[in-house]
Amino acid sequence: MTAEAAATAEAVAAAAAESYPRIVGALIRVTHDWTLAEDCAQEALTLALERWPADGVPDNPGGWLMTVARNRAIDLLRRASVEQRKLRELAVLALTSEPNPAEPQAETSEVGDDRLRLIFTCCHPALPLEARVALTLRTVCAVPTADIANAFLVSESTMTRRLTRAKTKIADAGIPYRVPGGRALGERLPGVLTVLYLLFTNGYNANGEPAFADEAIRLARLLKELMPGQPEVPELLALFLFQHSRREARRDAEGRLLTLDKQDRSRWDHASIREAAAILEGTPRSDGPYALQARIAACHATAESASATDWQEIASCYDRLAKTYPSPVIELNRAVAHGYAHGPEVGLALLAQARAGGALDDYPHAVAAEADLTARQGDRDRAAVLFRRAAAVAHSESERRALLERADENAG
Amino acid sequence: MKYLMFVCTDTEPDTDTENEPDIDVWVAENDASGRRLQGMVLAPKSSATTVRVRNGKLLVSDGPFAETKEVIVGFDLLQCADLDEAIEVARAHPMARGGRIEIRPLADFEQ
Repeated sequence: MTAEAAATAEAVAAAAAESYPRIVGALIRVTHDWTLAEDCAQEALTLALERWPADGVPDNPGGWLMTVARNRAIDLLRRASVEQRKLRELAVLALTSEPNPAEPQAETSEVGDDRLRLIFTCCHPALPLEARVALTLRTVCAVPTADIANAFLVSESTMTRRLTRAKTKIADAGIPYRVPGGRALGERLPGVLTVLYLLFTNGYNANGEPAFADEAIRLARLLKELMPGQPEVPELLALFLFQHSRREARRDAEGRLLTLDKQDRSRWDHASIREAAAILEGTPRSDGPYALQARIAACHATAESASATDWQEIASCYDRLAKTYPSPVIELNRAVAHGYAHGPEVGLALLAQARAGGALDDYPHAVAAEADLTARQGDRDRAAVLFRRAAAVAHSESERRALLERADENAG
Repeated sequence: MKYLMFVCTDTEPDTDTENEPDIDVWVAENDASGRRLQGMVLAPKSSATTVRVRNGKLLVSDGPFAETKEVIVGFDLLQCADLDEAIEVARAHPMARGGRIEIRPLADFEQ
């Protein structure tokens, strides 16, 4: 690819990320037809890739894409033999008399933001959770169905059916295309944030699709801009940015995941860390789930070295998380944090409590945590046995090898 | 849109019994707003009879067809702008706490 072609491809990608949800959102608002809206937006992007290399990138890429998509929608509606097509055609035509969607300052509250409407509809609790994540990726982030299918380990045709079922339910059940107001907004926002969180963790997981983490961050930024006054949004964005700052340092040369104490901290994205810290600073202190997780992530991200980590603060955040959002994994992390903050005996006692219910049986991280605490307590032989036991139940080969290495270190 | 609200029992009703809504108030309010078109309470499930025809043969059996612990005890037909409005109507019904409510849109053959 020549430099010029690469620049054009980049311009299309940037315009796509910015304009796609606006175009799809506006077309759904006026036609109520999700498939038509997606097809037209997609065709506009394809045409841009064809034309822009020869004609140059237009001054207003978003406006250009919107016009092409709108004209295509009118074409398709003219061909359709639907009774109401005249009405829908007029509605689509009216899209041009609306403020230009590529100029954010021109948006009126009357039209509202189509992207926000789209996000809330894709994340409606009446849809199955996995469909909400997939639909958000497809419709808001323009991720190709094949890529979503890969990430969720299903075939493309299965994912296509899942998306179609979700769109059919939206139409048949009468799921409104609207940002909920009043009390409903507060009730529905956490569900939207859950979808973003799943999107991020899917991108961040060892075998996940890294681009999804970027999409989650982009959506969190968008929500923060469009919904000021909802503190959970910046809290979630800060959490994402702290985690994401380690993306270049998380693996060794062979691609194996590294624990925090083994990572080269100079390779962390310190601009992201500063941004996240500033966001957290500007948000009223709360004990919400994202706020607590972001504060924990901040302790790790801002520590000069692993040994300089503020484990007291981390342990206290986990205490509060465990009280409000109890789960075996939170209890496990709480035990680890207390192990560093107050000594391995305290950690082991809390770990025994966390495992009492049996929920962490064969959970490799629980066995590895016990091994680590035991090693720090000084019982290296037992630690070596436990590291081997953890390796035997590890979920991935790289995890298994890392645990066996720890076993060898202690067996000496 | 028209929605049928199936009012069902649930094995795990809400334990919070404060400010429980009153069914008469719920009916009066939704009748007055035009959102409730009609509604009925069913006789106990012990009175249910299931009818099937297979190969021309009539099969009559006792009880509801679904072998679940949750049973439909009544229904209401709603006229609502969209699902969110129907959800708001359903949440205010006392059985949203004492049981559970399933909302199903009527099939729209005009589409």
